[in-house]
Amino acid sequence: MPSTLPVGLKWPEDNRIPALDAIERSFHAYVHIPFCVARCGYCDFNTYTSDELNGDMRSGFDAHLCKEIARSARVLSDSGYPAREISTVFFGGGTPSLFTPAQFKNVLDALGSEFGFVQEVEITTEANPESTSAEFLEGLWALGVNRLSMGVQSFDSDVLKVLDRSHSKDHVAPLVKAARDLGYEVSIDLIYGAPGESLESWRNSVERALELGTDHISAYSLIVEPGTKLERLVRSGKLPAVDEDLNAQKYELATELFDLAGLSWYEVSNWGKPSRHNSAYWASQDWWGYGPGAHSHLAGNRFWNLKHPTSYQSAIATGLAVTGREELTHSQQLEEQLMLGLRTSTGVPRSLVRQLDVQPEKVAMAIANGNLEFKGENIVVTKAGRLVVDAMVLDFLS
Amino acid sequence: MLQLTGIVNDRQMRAQYLDRMDIERERGITIKSQAVRMPWELDGVTYAMNMIDTPGHVDFTYEVSRSLAACEGAVLLVDAAQGIEAQTLANLYLAMENDLEIIPVLNKIDLPAAQPEKYAEELANLIGGNPEDCLKVSGKTGAGVAELLDRIVRTVPNPVGDPDAPTRAMIFDSVYDSYRGVVTYIRMIDGSLKPREQIQMMSTRAVHELLEIGVISPEPEPTAGLGVGEVGYLITGVKDVRQSKVGDTVTTKAKSATEPLKGYAEPKPMVFSGIYPIDGGDYPNLRDALDKLRLSDASLVYEPETSVALGFGFRCGFLGLLHLEIITERLEREFNLSLIATSPSVVYEVTKDDGGQLTVTNPSEFPEGKIKDVSEPIVKATILSPKDYVGTIMELCQSRRGTMIDMQYLGEDRVQLRYELPLAEIVFDFFDNLKSKTQGYASLDYEESGYRSGDLVKVDLLLQGEKVDAFSSIVHRDKAYAHGTKIASKLRELIPRQQFEVPIQAAVGARIIARETIRAIRKDVLAKCYGGDITRKRKLLEKQKEGKKRMKMVGRVEVPQEAFIAALSSDEASKGEKKK
Repeated sequence: MPSTLPVGLKWPEDNRIPALDAIERSFHAYVHIPFCVARCGYCDFNTYTSDELNGDMRSGFDAHLCKEIARSARVLSDSGYPAREISTVFFGGGTPSLFTPAQFKNVLDALGSEFGFVQEVEITTEANPESTSAEFLEGLWALGVNRLSMGVQSFDSDVLKVLDRSHSKDHVAPLVKAARDLGYEVSIDLIYGAPGESLESWRNSVERALELGTDHISAYSLIVEPGTKLERLVRSGKLPAVDEDLNAQKYELATELFDLAGLSWYEVSNWGKPSRHNSAYWASQDWWGYGPGAHSHLAGNRFWNLKHPTSYQSAIATGLAVTGREELTHSQQLEEQLMLGLRTSTGVPRSLVRQLDVQPEKVAMAIANGNLEFKGENIVVTKAGRLVVDAMVLDFLS
Repeated sequence: MLQLTGIVNDRQMRAQYLDRMDIERERGITIKSQAVRMPWELDGVTYAMNMIDTPGHVDFTYEVSRSLAACEGAVLLVDAAQGIEAQTLANLYLAMENDLEIIPVLNKIDLPAAQPEKYAEELANLIGGNPEDCLKVSGKTGAGVAELLDRIVRTVPNPVGDPDAPTRAMIFDSVYDSYRGVVTYIRMIDGSLKPREQIQMMSTRAVHELLEIGVISPEPEPTAGLGVGEVGYLITGVKDVRQSKVGDTVTTKAKSATEPLKGYAEPKPMVFSGIYPIDGGDYPNLRDALDKLRLSDASLVYEPETSVALGFGFRCGFLGLLHLEIITERLEREFNLSLIATSPSVVYEVTKDDGGQLTVTNPSEFPEGKIKDVSEPIVKATILSPKDYVGTIMELCQSRRGTMIDMQYLGEDRVQLRYELPLAEIVFDFFDNLKSKTQGYASLDYEESGYRSGDLVKVDLLLQGEKVDAFSSIVHRDKAYAHGTKIASKLRELIPRQQFEVPIQAAVGARIIARETIRAIRKDVLAKCYGGDITRKRKLLEKQKEGKKRMKMVGRVEVPQEAFIAALSSDEASKGEKKK
């Protein structure tokens, strides 16, 4: 998605954002680490290199996150939310593996003392092969981090070069082994559709990823985002444009290979033992996103933080760093449920489709086309339907 | 002139001051005539000059004609860098027909490419007189403008009219203003008009009270009345657009005139197109909007029609393609409508085998059965161009089924070519082609020249095997194949990929002459949709839902609005230019 943040409502002066409905939800935490060693050519995420920040902010950044954690706990209790322990934590970036274990500890301690964790808490961190070491993994394991999402992207050196990724493909296996030996659940992130990547190259990457024997794989089609270096190269003709028809073939190939390996599909781009954290997003649970540009959702309220680390840091010194907010109407909530639910293997209840006044003929047509099927009271996309979820949702809602 | 006469100060001045519509300023053209009153002093006497700024494009000849009929003299402005154009000749002809005093003026002499001496010679040859009589001015620097104003005062005769006779005023324009109702522009011939007077429209005998009367200088200014020769506006509070017909004569109820003034010739539409609201619920709004535009544009005609593909709409008649474009754009902008205009068509006369006669303004009405004869409108086209392009122009006219009438040298290097051409061949992209093939030097004017039989067939377009009436067109048999192929491949580009395969076929009768396929879309899903992506994704979805409203469902296929226009227009963007 383009990284421009939408404009929204202001943060209320009394710091209260009461629930907009009475649904019981679990509570989750996302922590954004906005630092990278170098920016990859395809990336439009909210991240910065130390050059871009005019010096090192990284070493003291955990302190700002801890401040936000304390303030969020206050907002939740003042707004009348019940005390809830955290079900999952996700450290994303950027490159979270640029944080030291000590910094992780400060953040986790803050979360633990403000909210506490459920017994079976899932704590995930993203990590890049080039900035992750066995010692780092040991350090985090000791703090309770138990899931590792490894940004491998590809096992083809040419593709890694196009993506500007600096790690060597041989670097990955020892790290994965170390992590699994320690007891981590490990997920591998792959990207397909880089300019020049053939179907065979993609097959090879998938097979190499499967050889690692992880519990989970994510496979994302590359999006050439406006404003990235990759986009300039494609626009100037130095790299070929992304072929979405070929991407469809790559997706189907991956689906077939993951199925054979016993990793079951559960969301458009995800296979294996589900990430409980990400599943919370798709089920519209509650979460607070800490750090620059992070988004939060609390019972129909969505709000998001200032994007740049410098402005985030100065805002957090005196208060919150929220820059935009929206209160979802009932029908917006329902539309979101459809938009997100249809992406998953759970699908959506038929009652939701009825509440949204979707013409039954449209649903029937999608079933006839082989894109949708029944699963009990729910409708779920078929294998073929996974690739056209957005078109289907748009069709249903217009 | 506006600045020199002091009615617009330097701070208020802007380019194209009198072109009030956004669309005119964007395109650099004049569509609506604008009246303005300016004072000018010569030899110690102050004169009031009433001027009307008119369009120049061939589509708006009727607008020019009406304005000229309200005047005693005309300033013939010729671009000193481009010289005389075919439209110049057409408008000059109209001015001469109205016995107007003509003041030839070369404008834009400040341009480096200006050749005032050369064109003064040409103008003198046309009008008679000496090249020295031709004034040379620059609207930009103001050079020569004072001399022009002096010349107007000296040579244009004073208005003749009887101040004591029953009042007669000619309506030469009227526009609808959402705050004030109908604003009617008039030229006083006899008698006078005062506020609060009861006035009567001579054609309908309808009586209204005069709420406001005034002059434009250059903004509306109420006055205590208008007398013989004056040009101004009146407001009666009437909201119904049909009450104030252009060409009608206004008189007073107290002392009615018996003879109306000679009205204007009703313009005859040359090009027809179906105009449909994308949202069927907008049909009544479209009708109201057309009623309002019709008030100030007598040349716009329309009647309700129904299309299988597009639902309820209107078949509208236009003076030409630019006129069509302007009207649809004004309907969308000024009335906030989303519209589809079907491919333009001329009027065909069809004789069936059983002797039955049929006038076809919509290709979908073209009879399916045996046909004895199809006649199409022919025009006499006059093309002026530097001699270097003669070969290119002849080629173009030949390829458009043209027959040359004659060719004449106007000066050393300027040539006038006259051709007979089927109107259907020039309404789409002829002008654009002519301009681009002659680097913009050639100009075109045309007049109707009757009907002639032609070997014409109807080409249908089918989406998923279903005929789409809005895409049908009538073309010459020799061109049917090329036309069908072109439209089919254009539609393939313009219609987005759908969730299923869409075959596109072009057919003459039952025979398929071209085929294209829009492949089904394979992949349409966002790869990453996590916490921060959800709001953006939903906003995108909301935007896409709006976009869908601009799509028309034809059977199961979503066809974007642009496809209906773009499919049959030329490859080059057909934007109008200022031609004065």
